[in-house]
Parts: sequence; structure tokens; C-alpha cells
Amino acid sequence: MSDTQDSAPQKTDAIIVGAGPVGLFAVFELGLLDVKAHLVDILDRPGGQCAELYPEKPIYDIPALPYCTGQELTDRLMEQIKPFDPVFHFGQMAEKLERTQDDTAWRLTTDAGTVLEAPVLIIAAGGGSFVPKRPPLQGIEEYEGKSVFYAVRKMEQFRGKNILIAGGGDSALDWTAALQPLAESLTLVHRRDEFRAAPATVNEMRALVEAGKMELKIAQLAGLEGENGQLSAVRLKDSEGEVFTQPCDTLLAFYGLTMKLGPVAEFGLNLHENLIPVDTEKFETSTPGIFAIGDINSYPGKLKLILSGFHEAALMAQQAFHIVYPDKKLRFQYTTSSSALQKKLGVA
Amino acid sequence: MKLYVTDRNGTVHEIQGEDELQLMEAIRDADLPIKAECGGSCACATCHVYVDPACKAMVGEADEDEQDMLDLAFELTENSRLSCQIVLGPQHDGLKVTLAPGSEID
Repeated sequence: MSDTQDSAPQKTDAIIVGAGPVGLFAVFELGLLDVKAHLVDILDRPGGQCAELYPEKPIYDIPALPYCTGQELTDRLMEQIKPFDPVFHFGQMAEKLERTQDDTAWRLTTDAGTVLEAPVLIIAAGGGSFVPKRPPLQGIEEYEGKSVFYAVRKMEQFRGKNILIAGGGDSALDWTAALQPLAESLTLVHRRDEFRAAPATVNEMRALVEAGKMELKIAQLAGLEGENGQLSAVRLKDSEGEVFTQPCDTLLAFYGLTMKLGPVAEFGLNLHENLIPVDTEKFETSTPGIFAIGDINSYPGKLKLILSGFHEAALMAQQAFHIVYPDKKLRFQYTTSSSALQKKLGVA
Repeated sequence: MKLYVTDRNGTVHEIQGEDELQLMEAIRDADLPIKAECGGSCACATCHVYVDPACKAMVGEADEDEQDMLDLAFELTENSRLSCQIVLGPQHDGLKVTLAPGSEID
């Protein structure tokens, strides 16, 4: 498995948008039918919501698995699909979809410039892409990418800055510790004097405050001051409701992620209430060759359950096979008895 | 039981609650807009509500897990709660809450 970023098109049989449980299981069902897959996901790891929202939370309704966590489910699926050697493109958002010039395949381009081509496209994007939560501060859009950030890509960018970091989790505390030595000044703002971040980093932060190397403010974000996208200060509100001004030229806000549908909405799939209508035989969208499985699709009686997504993946794979191998006959087989399938799984 | 939910536009809706339902589920089942993107497992903070100060005794205090998740919400007050963490019972008849910023469906 490799993660390459290259503008030359990478050709495969099926492109799966979304590496959550349903996207992962689709690799298995497709793999049994010799349909190879690449997956694109905005997160930096597999699992989708299971990895981002529920890694430690219990799931009780996976058939034959009385109990597992979101992370365990992800780990097991990764093990199950290993024989099929899927190619993952993590940390990338599926951005643009078009037909190839010869009209034989879909060409998907990600926001990182990866270009994938395949005759089959499967949208398994759940509730959409995980993107950082944006604090509801007036005019914040014009500061984003200039002086307001939700992630650190290059630490050097923040050398010599007067930084305000907002949040109380690992991201906020880790970046506080990492950026403090580079910053001209650094202030951490959090709504309460308790932090859910790892205790060691919290202690490190407290030691820096003690040593006078940074400040800690117990308050919430209340407003931005500046012009042309350049912050000059952030207004903060303390627990008494008093508003005060904290001069700074950079705000790093870490309030977790939220799901937004994003560019998939522009793929021309007749979305209804942010869901993609599909048939219940092949789970194909209104566009032949494009499928939608898991939480993102809709059909009469749809239940947003992981197990429903698994079923949808199995039926989708049948039609995907016919698109990839138009001249081949599909023989239905069981993994228990078919030595051909067992060979593919590497157990025969 | 009757519940009173003020939406983000300030309109008050009288809705029906049921024992053992999460407050979030009662709000969602009444077709009021509430994001609740994690589906009620205290993992996202997008079902943030303000409990009417007069009703605070009905709902008790947020536990540590809920407090941790409230860290990911905005414009918190001392009346902030995650509505998925309030499990309805007879004591909640007449409960008044207001949907908070960040609970909107985009």
C-alpha cells in the first residue's frame, strides 16, 4: 500500500470515496470479484466516523461481533481487506469528477492533485468530509488561511508570531508546547481550567505558564479585530461575561471536526437533502457507473446502519464487476467452498 | 410529557417527550433542526442546548465526559448541556430548552 501524490493519472478498476467501514468492506466484496480499488479519504487514517468520532465507543450491532469499538472494527476490516492490497490516498478530498476523453472511465482529482481513473466510482462518504469546526465569529472567513488557522502544516510559518491558541484537547495542548519556543508570545485560551488533553502535555503547559513563558486565559472566543484578513486582536469573554481584548496576530482554533458534504454535492447525482438516491438492486446512482453505499445514500426503508452498508457493498460489487469485465460471466461463489476465492484471500 | 424548544430563530415549539428517549431524539423526532451528527453518543457537541435557568434542577449537571465534549462547542453558558445526554423521564415534564449555536444543520 502506498500513498502517492502525482499528477499523472493512476488507473484502477474502482475508486472509492470514503475509507469508513463501508468503503473498506467494499474493497473486500470488489476484491473477491477481481475488481481492484483505490480509496480517497480526507482523514489521515482509515475508519471514517468510527476512527474520528467513535474510536473508543462501543458498537453492539455488528453481526457475530457482540461488542467492539469503532477502532477495533476498523482494525478488523483492514485485516480482512489486506489480501486485496487497496491503495489509500489519505488526507485528501475528492474534488473534481469528470469523464475521461475517450468516455471509458471516471477521472477523479483530489485537492492534493492526485488523479485517479477507473470505470467504476463508489461514493461511500458517510456524512461527508470531516473538516475543522469553525468558531461562529463574525467575518472569520476573511481571516482564514491568512491569520486564522485550524491546523499547523509548517511550524516555521509561526516563528516570531504572537499566537493565540484556542481549545482544551490534544491538538491545542500539543501545538502550545511545540510552538511556544518559536513564538514571540503565546497565549492559550480555554473555557475552563480543566483540559481533556493528555496529562503530560497539560503539565508541560502549566510549567510554561509558571515560568512566565506563556499565558493561559480562561475564557471563550467572542470576536475578531483586524483588517484585510490580518488579525490584530481577539476579543475574549470570561466566565463572568466580561469581554476583554487579547492582542495577537495569529489565531489557531482547535474545536474538533464536523462533517460537510463538500464537492461531492457538485458531482451531478441528484442529491436530495444531502443524500444520494440509489436503486436497491445495484445501489447505483442516477449516473451509470457511479454507486453510493452507506450513510450517504437514500432509498425507501434506508437505515443508517453499518450492517446495511455492508449489504449494499456486496450488491454494488456485482454490478461493478459487469462494468469492469463486460464480457465475463459472473459466477456466484462462497468463500467457504470456493478454492478460487480462497486463493484470492491467500488461504488456499 | 411536554417539552418547549426554542429554535435558532426564536420560535418556541411545544413537543412531546417520551420516557427513556434522549432529549436530542425528542427534538429530532419533532422535525426540529438539530445537527446531532454523532447520533447521540456524546462524541460531537452538535446537539448543544441552553436549559432554561428555571429548569436546571430538572436536568442535573453534565458529567465529565459531557464536559469534555462541551469543550468542542461554542458560546457556552452555565446552562449549556448536550441534549443527547439528557435522558427523559417524568421529572422533565415542562422542560424548556433553546437550541444553541453549532446545533444548526448546514
